[in-house]
Amino acid sequence: MRVELDEPKCVAAGQCVMASPEVFDQRDDDGVAILLEEQPADELLDGVREAVAICPAAAIRLVDQ
Amino acid sequence: MAETLAGAASDAAEAMPEFPMPRAAGCPFAPPPAVEELREQNPISKVRIWDGSTPWMITGHALQRALLTDPRVSANDKSPGNFPFVTAYRQQIAEYTPELIVNTDAPEHTRLRRMVNGPFLVKRIEAMRAPIQKIVDGLIDDMLAGPNPADLLTALALPVPSLVISELLGVPYADHEFFQRNSSLALDRAAAPEDSRAASTALSTYLDDLLGKKLTDPGDDVLSEMAGRVTAGEMSRSEAVHMGVAMLIAGHETTATMISLGTLVLLENPEQLALVRDSEDPKVVVGAVEELLRYLSIVQVGLRRVATEDIEIGGQVIRAGDGLIVDLHAANWDPEAFPGADQVDVTRPARKHNAFGYGPHQCLGQSLARLELQVVYGTLYRRVPTLRLAARVEELEFDHDGTTYGVASLPVTW
Repeated sequence: MRVELDEPKCVAAGQCVMASPEVFDQRDDDGVAILLEEQPADELLDGVREAVAICPAAAIRLVDQ
Repeated sequence: MAETLAGAASDAAEAMPEFPMPRAAGCPFAPPPAVEELREQNPISKVRIWDGSTPWMITGHALQRALLTDPRVSANDKSPGNFPFVTAYRQQIAEYTPELIVNTDAPEHTRLRRMVNGPFLVKRIEAMRAPIQKIVDGLIDDMLAGPNPADLLTALALPVPSLVISELLGVPYADHEFFQRNSSLALDRAAAPEDSRAASTALSTYLDDLLGKKLTDPGDDVLSEMAGRVTAGEMSRSEAVHMGVAMLIAGHETTATMISLGTLVLLENPEQLALVRDSEDPKVVVGAVEELLRYLSIVQVGLRRVATEDIEIGGQVIRAGDGLIVDLHAANWDPEAFPGADQVDVTRPARKHNAFGYGPHQCLGQSLARLELQVVYGTLYRRVPTLRLAARVEELEFDHDGTTYGVASLPVTW
């Protein structure tokens, strides 16, 4: 599974970092999300799915390869 | 024929429900029954508000999420059409209010929001856990050393966010009474417009003075950070002051209310309180914060928006210029999103609630609010395991008039 982050849509609420700190971080100056792991290990996918579900900008997608 | 139509139209107008709606007596935590009825019958339907206008009221969870992320839905109260203002005062000040994160749309909103996100980054907020723990421990020490019973509102619920937001902004704590008085007055729907205006002006004047000091003598705080952006020409001084006032107001009553009402809910549900108090797993407190945010959904006036284009949704057509009221409490009690929504259950997955709103305008301070609540809920009931209400719930005075719900005082004993 691959994570896609639509950066221009990101509103920097930081929800993804709270749900999945291993996969997401925030840029220091403006809080915009950064993808740390484009292809996270299986045990991280639950956190990524939560990030997808709660992102207020609907800017994250989890896609099959 | 024309008369018949006119008669039918006026019948429909008479039947249209008035918003806001009263809560049921004896149900202090539930949304008003008329709101629940609207959601069950038609989660997108029209209501009448104070100025006689008839905005759409959105009560379903999925509908709210769709509309709050729809670029045809505007938070700009100067957009053409019938923006549904909360009060006459808000309407009066709209044309004098500069562009802020609350009243702009992309791309302007994106620019402004990214300028103030820095201090609210999850990792920077998390670094405040130890200082907040110290604040909470100190206030509980003071409460336990003072008279018993005590008012939890003045002993803990109000001072926690006051101390935290004042520290964040760089406002001296000595001024906290001034801030509490003026921020609650500025937000009170029942207050006279001139009193609300005076309170907002007093806060702006104070913060403008303080910003002036930070320009020459910056500290490690948000106001100094904004002063730096003013100097760099990225932000006007007026924008910075308005942003400071907005943060102060937004961070005060909301968190205080979640502390007082959250505690009340737990005291009324001892089995839930026991779960929060006795669990060794920190995730239980984290989950309890989300569930109490969902269950209480304290913003009681709804989010206000206006459509900039026609939108077809939920079997209705919202016309360009139509106003929208997004009632967060209704969506957070939507059984389609949260089965058994009328029951508080700290173990349920509640994270997808709309208590902080949704979309690009979702609460800027939500990580800070979560942290404050996690520390308070995770500390108070452990340190004071015999905590109980020192009044009957029926004797408590709930605030039905503010932007956020609340309780005038919460007498507790231990």
